[in-house]
Amino acid sequence: MTTISKVRYSRRSLLKTGGAALAASALPAPMVWGQETKDITLRQFGTGVSNLNEVAQKVKEDLGFTLEMTALDSDSVTQRAATQPDSFDIADIEYWICKKVWPTGNLQAMDVSKIRRYDQIVGIFKDGKLTPESEIAQGTAPHTVGFIPEPGATSFADEQTNWMTLIPTIYNADTLGIRPDLIGRPINNWSELLNPEFAGKASILDISSIGIMDMAMVCESMGEIQYGDKGNMTREEIDATFAIFTEAKRAGQFRAFWKTFDESVNLMASGEVVIQSMWSPAITAVKSRGIPCVYQPLEEGYRSWGGGIGLSKSLSGMELDAAYEYINWYLDGWVGGFLMRQGYYSAVPETSKDYMTENEWGYWFEGKEATGEITNPFGDVLAQAGEVRDGGSFEERMGSVACWNAVMDENQYMVRKWNEFIAA
Amino acid sequence: MICAVAQPGHGDLAPGGDDMTDQATPIALEDTKPARRAGRPSRHLTGWLLASPLVVVLAVFLVLPIAMIVMVSFWGATEWSIYPAFQFDNYAFLFGSDVTYRVFFNTVKYALITWAFTLLIGFTVAYFLAFHVRSLGWQVGLFLVCTIPFWTSNIIRMISWIPFLGREGLANSALLSWGVIDKPLEWLLFSDFSVILAFVHLYTLFMVVPIFNTMMRIDRSLLEAANDAGATGRQTLWHVIVPLTKPGIMIGTIFVVTLVMGDFITVRFMSGSQKANVGRLISNDISLLQYPSASATAVVLLITVLIVISVLLRFVDIRKEL
Repeated sequence: MTTISKVRYSRRSLLKTGGAALAASALPAPMVWGQETKDITLRQFGTGVSNLNEVAQKVKEDLGFTLEMTALDSDSVTQRAATQPDSFDIADIEYWICKKVWPTGNLQAMDVSKIRRYDQIVGIFKDGKLTPESEIAQGTAPHTVGFIPEPGATSFADEQTNWMTLIPTIYNADTLGIRPDLIGRPINNWSELLNPEFAGKASILDISSIGIMDMAMVCESMGEIQYGDKGNMTREEIDATFAIFTEAKRAGQFRAFWKTFDESVNLMASGEVVIQSMWSPAITAVKSRGIPCVYQPLEEGYRSWGGGIGLSKSLSGMELDAAYEYINWYLDGWVGGFLMRQGYYSAVPETSKDYMTENEWGYWFEGKEATGEITNPFGDVLAQAGEVRDGGSFEERMGSVACWNAVMDENQYMVRKWNEFIAA
Repeated sequence: MICAVAQPGHGDLAPGGDDMTDQATPIALEDTKPARRAGRPSRHLTGWLLASPLVVVLAVFLVLPIAMIVMVSFWGATEWSIYPAFQFDNYAFLFGSDVTYRVFFNTVKYALITWAFTLLIGFTVAYFLAFHVRSLGWQVGLFLVCTIPFWTSNIIRMISWIPFLGREGLANSALLSWGVIDKPLEWLLFSDFSVILAFVHLYTLFMVVPIFNTMMRIDRSLLEAANDAGATGRQTLWHVIVPLTKPGIMIGTIFVVTLVMGDFITVRFMSGSQKANVGRLISNDISLLQYPSASATAVVLLITVLIVISVLLRFVDIRKEL
């Protein structure tokens, strides 16, 4: 796997014995394990959003070891995490995937006491509450799968423990994307997705676990179905949801379904579709082509998602130490700033502030008017001075989350129904 | 790759066979010296030795995987794992859902329509190449021109239709500017039409190659004889050329039908994920970790394709005709 020599030192024994290590202990933490660090390679895989080569380069610069990134779609990520534990060291997965994968025992829990900035992590990931008054949204809320009672457990803990499943890295609130120039009137509700006005010009994503949530938001908004818990539907609720969407599909409501980020961008940019489920960076990708596109805040609230990094159970010794070092570095702010300048949120927002200009912080996090051009880390201009982020500030957006991406108890039934819907 | 199958293929086969026997003979002789005294098993041994490489390759890469698929199709699955079992749940669900029948019908529909178009176009192109182009140089040259699209990947050739057929694509804007239509045609893209268009575009060459190949081997004096006997051009085509081209048509048919029936990516992209064939059912199942259910569908698809092919082989004895 890696080229580390046979003799393995634990970090502690190295500190006790080696003279060089004594000197090293005075230096910043990443230097502690000396020369062999540069030979360490950690293999990370995950969805495209946070698997960025820039991050790998920065890791090499700051920490000295090599991070190999593989980007896959959500289904493939789940598949790999569940079936090939030895093919990765770090899994960058979403919380609902964690609920599915954790019981396989392919991941190991993290010792919270080794996470330096644990206390600063946003409340959503710890007790589920953004502010003490917040209500917890439906679905697989991150804190419900964020902890386990003890190392080795395959079930989740109800409250915070010393053992964390995933360290949150990136999250956001999703809604519908629209082409305001082609629609020409305000859109305020999820139900508009099935409005016959947009027949043949609507789209939904073909990833069952996320698509079903968008469907539920729409059905609830239409007043057709009252769900007990959108994130954990009964068979009757699933049937009713698909009945509504199958009817719409047969009536030609949808132009296409999309499965990858690029597909959603192309559908929107080409004008094939004017309203669809979409992800935040896809909106900016459409905008950066000079095409108007709005991530429309809706009255019913957002469908939110969060991702985090988990450790493979086969990680041990120096690689495990390196992985902890990587996690701590992740929360130190550079990555956060990098991600927030693309419209995502980081788990410890205040550290990211140091890596953003005041203008950027105001626009992305506080929902203020931009005072100058807003560019993403790749140099594309995303907004001009005077523009405001769709949906406003962090508290406004993350505060009106209606549900989290989820896997339900009836997931297998839902998946079969989804297959039928696609084939209908 | 395609060319290799087409022309030199036949030239290569015979000497290839000779080589094998030449190489094998000395081995056999060494082996048979003691064996000859003992009696007859030598010839069996030689036969087994000759066949064994192919047997091993086929067993490991064909029989074993299929056996695995059949086995797994009886297994059970949870959301994240599969467990050994012997249950008929997967098949029960498959045959119990009307979606299965609709999807199989769709798959057969795509295969039939694509087959009809590729045959028509493929036969015409091959006929032109074989009988209208006189010089061998031109024939080979034009044949190579047919293969040029194959220099890019399948997926790229397929996806490039999307901007062309879109609502604001080239086709629609051209038709609009000519005044043929007054609003964009929606059915050009993300429809059965676009799926079949892509299939025909992708697979016509698989029809051209074998048909052209068999046509080139038709003895020209037969055509002259037909002419001398007073047959019209159409009669010659129908009573002489078509029957003699049957093996080529059959091989092309097998190529096209199996490719279309096994495809999933073309259907996904060209229908905007809105249509399904069996391949998509399987790929959806796999992506959701439902391997047993995917295997069951694959087994049913395999049986369907084998039945189709065995029916096709009833019409022409390919081995005899080659």
